[in-house]
Amino acid sequence: MPPITDRTWLWLAAACYLAGAALGTLSLLRERRHSRAVMYFILAAGYAFQTFGLYLRGVAVKGCPLGNTFELVQFTAWSAASLYLLVGPAFRLSLLGYGTALLSACLSVTALLVPAWDAAKRAHIFGGNAWIEFHAALALFSYGVFGLLALVAGMYWLRDHGLRRKQVGGAYAFLPSIRDLDQIGLRLLAAGVALLAASLAVGSVWWLREPATVNLVKLLATIGVFLAYALALALRLTRRLVGRRWAVACALLFIAALLSIVPVDSSRHGSRPAPPPEVATR
Amino acid sequence: MSAPIGPLLFHLGASHHTAPLALREKLALPPARAEELRARIGPQSLPELAVLNTCNRVELYGVAANPADLAILEAAFCEVTGLAADDFAAIRAHATGAAAIRHLVAVAAGLESQLLGENEIFGQVKDAYAEAQAAGRAGPVLNRVFQKAFQAAKHIRTHTALNEGQVSVANVAVELAATIFGDLSEARVLLLGAGDIGEKAAKAFRSRGAGALTVANRTPERAFALAQQLDATALPFELFARHLGDYDIVVGSTAAPDAVVRAADVSAARNRRRALPWLFLDLALPRDIEPEVSRLDNVYLYNLDDLAKIAARNLAAREAEVARARALASEKAEALWQQILARHGA
Repeated sequence: MPPITDRTWLWLAAACYLAGAALGTLSLLRERRHSRAVMYFILAAGYAFQTFGLYLRGVAVKGCPLGNTFELVQFTAWSAASLYLLVGPAFRLSLLGYGTALLSACLSVTALLVPAWDAAKRAHIFGGNAWIEFHAALALFSYGVFGLLALVAGMYWLRDHGLRRKQVGGAYAFLPSIRDLDQIGLRLLAAGVALLAASLAVGSVWWLREPATVNLVKLLATIGVFLAYALALALRLTRRLVGRRWAVACALLFIAALLSIVPVDSSRHGSRPAPPPEVATR
Repeated sequence: MSAPIGPLLFHLGASHHTAPLALREKLALPPARAEELRARIGPQSLPELAVLNTCNRVELYGVAANPADLAILEAAFCEVTGLAADDFAAIRAHATGAAAIRHLVAVAAGLESQLLGENEIFGQVKDAYAEAQAAGRAGPVLNRVFQKAFQAAKHIRTHTALNEGQVSVANVAVELAATIFGDLSEARVLLLGAGDIGEKAAKAFRSRGAGALTVANRTPERAFALAQQLDATALPFELFARHLGDYDIVVGSTAAPDAVVRAADVSAARNRRRALPWLFLDLALPRDIEPEVSRLDNVYLYNLDDLAKIAARNLAAREAEVARARALASEKAEALWQQILARHGA
């Protein structure tokens, strides 16, 4: 029997997220509400498996597992699930659990299915600097927040689309109200921007100290994502970006943020010592 | 004819299915009349008797000491209501045993209601049972039958889509507002016109806890009267366009020959509330609100046709659930009747 590795745990997590996504999809197709408690439990199980998988990976790479595209995407999925488990019940937004399961499943499964993303395993990429590690983790966590924001924006777009086409029954009936989606979207946008700003602030201290260690592509991509979201927040607060355009902007920004992970990752760490391949728990 | 097995549980009465409104008015058994009926047929003949009296039905549920007592009850009912025996015979519905339980479950679940799946009937059946208890006419059979019927009705409502989706235009309008604003307690509603349709919509909004209602009508007296009735505010009709942006929901129900809400006015007022969604409900014919309003971002416009279509779709969805609900009612009724027979050693 093959040993249980970090990837095994991450596959188990992906399976849980897929189960949540399947439950939500089936419920929607049958026009029945799924149990929020069951969805929460499934996501919590997935989160626990993913946390353990990432922990094992962290032990292997001797730091926060953010060394390649696979780890970055896994961490983003983990962040989205964390946020949902933390604040999802307080939002009381129907379909948010389903959306989180769907998002985390897509990210986790895609990362697991693209071997190239996990080809280069890098250990000790933060050179033992806890602040840089914190900076990277915070930035990725904000991507998780932006992921949830994209979900909420998607629901907003669907609700608006349905209302304009006079469709309020069927699957549309399970969507939250326009006002709830708008308010929660605004909170998520503000939280994401604040987290990314904090991450950049922490990172800038290191950059000012040793500017040569920071790759220009990474710097520009990260600042670009931050400025784009900050601009969206400013426009939303001044009521210049509202309704459908706001929803589309949030979804497109998240796609751009995700796409920025690849050049950011490939632009840094030209060579790193290879870690032990996979960590077995037994 | 063989004697009935078990207690002689029966249901007797008439409803909108069998009797027109004029006859149902005569049949009505308000509390005083119901008391008179109970007094005429004492507990020796009918140890258990519950009277369900609503605007759509008058029904008696009880347990008779012997079959002849049912004929006495029918005669007494006609005397109390003043209805000729032949007239009642033409409209009466009657069932015994499991069929009577099945009927009670169907009534409590809203399956027999004029507005299929409505919830109000459940409370009315509960009231009827409470009255029977207070009058000392709910015994071991009716206690069990009613309590189990409530459980069965709840089960049917939970496990079918019988009461999902609103089926009246006014309630559809309110439901629609909830899909946009969620909790309506902070929503400000402007009612243009104070006719019947507007009043119904206003009452529906009030019953869902709409935060503030304002009525504007060309005849100010009517606006004030309706505002007073609904604990709302009245606004002079000529001023409403100036204050349009203050309201989240605008309901048009005037009898004006042309649109009274212009797209240009809405567009101008929108600047004040750009981030907030805006709902326009046009319940008037000819229409009160210019259709161009719907092209604006964050603005939703529904007219009478749109709302009627949603109501029709909801009703069709409810009707599709009837067979399933009736099967559940039959299953529960049969099981309960078997339990009752077993308890009575039949």
